[in-house]
Amino acid sequence: MAIEIHIPTALRQYADQNSTFEVGAGEVHAALNELTTRFPKLRPHLFTEDGKLRNFVNVFLNDENIRHLSGDELKLKDGDSISIVPAVAGGR
Amino acid sequence: MLNPDLSTIDLSLAEFERYSRHLIMPEVGVEGQKRLKAASVLIIGTGGLGSPLSMYLAAAGIGRMGLVDFDVVDTTNLQRQIAHTTADVGRPKLESATETIRAINPHVQVDGYETLIDSSNAMEIIEPYDIVIDGTDNFPTRYLVNDACVLLGKPNVYGSIFRFEGQASVFDATQGPCYRCLYPEPPPPGLVPSCAEGGVLGILPGIIGIIQATECIKIILGKGNTLVGRFLVFSALEMKFRELKLRKDPACPICGENPSITGLIDYQQFCGLDRGGKTSDLLDPSERISVAELHERLRNGRKPALVDVREPHELQISRLDNDYEIPLGNLETHIHELDRDQELVVYCRSGERSAKAVKFLKEAGFSNVRNLVGGILAWANEVDPEMPKY
Repeated sequence: MAIEIHIPTALRQYADQNSTFEVGAGEVHAALNELTTRFPKLRPHLFTEDGKLRNFVNVFLNDENIRHLSGDELKLKDGDSISIVPAVAGGR
Repeated sequence: MLNPDLSTIDLSLAEFERYSRHLIMPEVGVEGQKRLKAASVLIIGTGGLGSPLSMYLAAAGIGRMGLVDFDVVDTTNLQRQIAHTTADVGRPKLESATETIRAINPHVQVDGYETLIDSSNAMEIIEPYDIVIDGTDNFPTRYLVNDACVLLGKPNVYGSIFRFEGQASVFDATQGPCYRCLYPEPPPPGLVPSCAEGGVLGILPGIIGIIQATECIKIILGKGNTLVGRFLVFSALEMKFRELKLRKDPACPICGENPSITGLIDYQQFCGLDRGGKTSDLLDPSERISVAELHERLRNGRKPALVDVREPHELQISRLDNDYEIPLGNLETHIHELDRDQELVVYCRSGERSAKAVKFLKEAGFSNVRNLVGGILAWANEVDPEMPKY
């Protein structure tokens, strides 16, 4: 099973400039753990010290925000994609 | 959908001809064109996003456009801010954008606000308009615009950009989520680079700005499905749009069931910025060195060790005689490469990133370290006019 995590431009500097990363995990949080184990510098940008997702970052499983999902809804199946979407302010 | 009184709105002969390609579309027609003429739109920021979207909205025949900007046109703006031309460098953006809009369509009424929008004036500026379009470039103003729109019940057409990536949505708390439902808090200052630090592909604000203009027109016409409750993420490199669902947060501090924010707050403080907001302003005078002093030191053969904390691609544009080249983000892991007994002068493009580096090195126990005030830009301006600026 292959699940793709989309890494946004603003965070690629902490992930060796990768724009996507393939994980084998079967659940969203395990997948994010796999990602931040591979790229430890990414972890503080996604999670607080006690492991909570930061308030200025959202993670979507396909098109649903994982903050609104629980239990089985967080399980991954082949072809799912995970998007990390940080707050971005640029406009000028 | 807006519900203007169209009985008082007439199109002139000149307007009938100008808008003929709209008038023959069933989705617009004479009624839709009158709706556009009756509408008022406030555009906050006339930069990357504000330029293209204000030009297209003017061409489309929006009756009244308010523009908010206090900035002056700079040469580095011209790569993307197409409302301003080479001849406008040094002029207020409000002036040049107003001229551009009037040249495109003299039927549009343009009202300018040459001011920094903040908690003291935002409600007053926004209140008279039907729709607000956010084309700003910083978190304090983004949260300010969101909150004022929620409190006044106005739709906020949102767009933001970074390098090759853009985001767009419509935040309308009367029927869907607001920006705070998605991001309750901003990132700490300095964590996410700005366009000035990180760069932006020149056409990207064109794409995102035109999406914002499209949404604005759809809201006015009451046609189609707007981006309320949807978040578009665009990647120019992949040429892909991803669409994400947004939900209203019942616990949202401003649009939720029991709001804790009932008026505008101090957004500089909320975003963790001191007034002024710059690390370089907080350094002690003993932690700073001017380009003139550094120049003098180099000529006397008393060169301090130069630490360049810019990114590798920036070094290709210009550089001094560097002793160390360590991007700010790598400083922590490469700190052991620096000699604590050496006199260090840290620099970057404008002196902000290097100020953060100086603060970090001081806290790590380095005693003899100073920030080059104004960075390599100041060096190019004051010492070496042949050096390219960026």
